Amino acid sequence: MSTLLHQLRFDQKIFWRNREAAVFVFVFPLLLYALLGSVYGDLIDGVPAEDVLLAGLFGYGAATTAMGGLAITLVIRRETGVLKRVRSTPLAPATYFVAVLLSTLVTFALEAVALLALGRLLFRASMPANWLGFAGAIVLGVACFAALGVGAAALIRSAEGVSAVVNVVILPMAFLSGSFGPTNEFPAVLQAIANVLPLTYFLDIVYGVYLAGESIYADPTALLVVLAWGAAGAVVALRRFGWMPRER
Amino acid sequence: MDVPQVRHVATLLGHVAHIVSQVPSAIVVSELRKSYGTTEALRGVSFEIAEGEVFGVLGPNGAGKTTTVEILEGYRGRDGGDAWVLGFDPGESPRELRERIGVVLQQSELSPLLTVRETHEMFAGYYQRPRSVDDVIDLVGLAEKRNARVKTLSGGQKRRLDLGLALVGDPDLLFLDEPTTGFDPGARRAAWEMIRSLRSLGTTILLTTHYLDEAQQLADRVAVLRDGLIVRQGTPSELIGDSRLTEIRYRRDGVLAVLQTSDSTRALHELTSEALAEGRELDELEVRRPTLEDVYLELVGEEPESAQ
Repeated sequence: MSTLLHQLRFDQKIFWRNREAAVFVFVFPLLLYALLGSVYGDLIDGVPAEDVLLAGLFGYGAATTAMGGLAITLVIRRETGVLKRVRSTPLAPATYFVAVLLSTLVTFALEAVALLALGRLLFRASMPANWLGFAGAIVLGVACFAALGVGAAALIRSAEGVSAVVNVVILPMAFLSGSFGPTNEFPAVLQAIANVLPLTYFLDIVYGVYLAGESIYADPTALLVVLAWGAAGAVVALRRFGWMPRER
Repeated sequence: MDVPQVRHVATLLGHVAHIVSQVPSAIVVSELRKSYGTTEALRGVSFEIAEGEVFGVLGPNGAGKTTTVEILEGYRGRDGGDAWVLGFDPGESPRELRERIGVVLQQSELSPLLTVRETHEMFAGYYQRPRSVDDVIDLVGLAEKRNARVKTLSGGQKRRLDLGLALVGDPDLLFLDEPTTGFDPGARRAAWEMIRSLRSLGTTILLTTHYLDEAQQLADRVAVLRDGLIVRQGTPSELIGDSRLTEIRYRRDGVLAVLQTSDSTRALHELTSEALAEGRELDELEVRRPTLEDVYLELVGEEPESAQ
C-alpha cells in the first residue's frame, strides 16, 4: 500500500512536470470548452448549450486523459526501457500498474472539477444533479478508456508515432459522439458509426447523472456497451501488453 | 560473507593441513540454451561465478552476451539448461531475488523531468532495505548534480545515474551490461575505480564488455563468448598463458616486421642466426607475450572447440 502511494506520488509529479502532456491532456479540453461554449447559442435540443458541452468535454476529457494520455505514457515508457528497468526491481508489476491507473484517475478527477469551475465561472453552467453519479461517471470513464488506452499501448510499437495515432482515433471519435456539439444533423453513415463508439454511450450516461440526476445504471444498454468496450481493451491489454521495448 | 576462503585446520599431531572451503556460488549456469526463431543465440553455455567475484563476459556483437545476462536478470526465458542466481531460478524472477540484484541495462532511459535525487528516491522506495539515497549519489559521483533534472545530465552522468539506481537497493549481485560504452578515457577510469570499490565491499559483479582492457583491469575471471558458445574461460592471465602465440617484432631496413609464432624458441634462433650470419643488426628487436587482446582476437577468429 505504501509502495502504491509512493509510486502514485512520483507518477503525479512526472505528469505535472511534463508541460506538453499536461497541456494536451488537461488544458486542451478546458480550452475547447471555453471556445465552444462561446460559439454555441442558448439551447441544444432544448437543453442549455453550456451544460451539453460541459458533459461533452467531460467525455472527451475522459478519452484524452485515460485513453490518449495513458497510451502515450506507456508506449514511451516501454520503448525507452523505463518499464524494463522497473521490472528488475522488487516493485510488483501490478503495483506499478495500479499506481499508473490511479494517477490517471486523479488527473481526470481534477479535470472534471476544473470543467465544472470553468463552466460556473464563464457560462453559469449547472452543477451535477447527482454528485455521486457524477463521481461514478468519473471512475467509469477512466476504467473504460484506460483499458482501451492500455490495449492501444499494447498494439502501438512506436514511441514517435503514438501521439499521432492516438489523436487520429480520439478526435474523430469525440466529434462523432457529440463531445463538441449536436450530431443529429450528421449524415446517417456518421451517426451509424457513432452508434458503436464507446464515447457515445458514455456521454449518454454523463447526461443522465449530470443533468437528469439519474444513477449510472439508469440506462443499462449504455452501461453495458461502455463496459464491453472496456473489457475488449482489457483483453487486448492482458494478452498483448509487454514490458520490453521493441528489439532494435 | 562469513565463510572464510581458506580455513586452517590443525590436526592433533601438529600437522597443519590447508582445506580450501568451497566459496558459495552467486551464479551457476549450465548448458544454457536460447533460440530466437531459427537463430540459436546460446548453444550450451556453462559457467560459475563465486560470491564476491568480478566475472567478465567478452565477445563480439551478437555473440550472446546480452542474451545470457538478460536470462540471468529474469528478463528472458531459457529454452534449455539450468540457471541459478543467488540460489533462485531467474526464470521465475521471484521478488526475493529482485531485492538482491542490481541491474544496469545497456540502453534505458529515465524520466527526464525528475531530479537525480528524486529518481534515486523513487527507486529506493521499491526496496525493503535501501541504501541511503545521498550516500549512493555521493558514491557514483553525482553529488553536484543532486538537484539537477535528468534531462540536463551528460551521457556519462546518465550512466552514473544508472549505476546509482542499480546500487540503491544495496545489491549482493550487480549486472553491468557494457557499463562504459561511449565513455571518454577519464570517465572510463572513474567508472573502473567505482567498480573496484564495489568489489572491495564484497559485491559480486557480472560484467559484459567488448573492451578487453576493461576486462583485464576489472575481472577476476573472464569467459569469451562466440556464436553462442564459450570458447575459453579463466583468469585474464590464464587466458594469456594458454595462448601458444608469441610475437617477435624487429625493424629491417627501416620497415617494421611482426612475426607471430607458436614456436618462439626456434623462430628466434633462426632469426638471430640468420642476422648474425649476414652481419646485420635486428633493430628494435622485441619479443612479447600476447596481450588479452591478441588472445581474444585469436579466440573469436577460431572455431569454438566444443559445446563446453
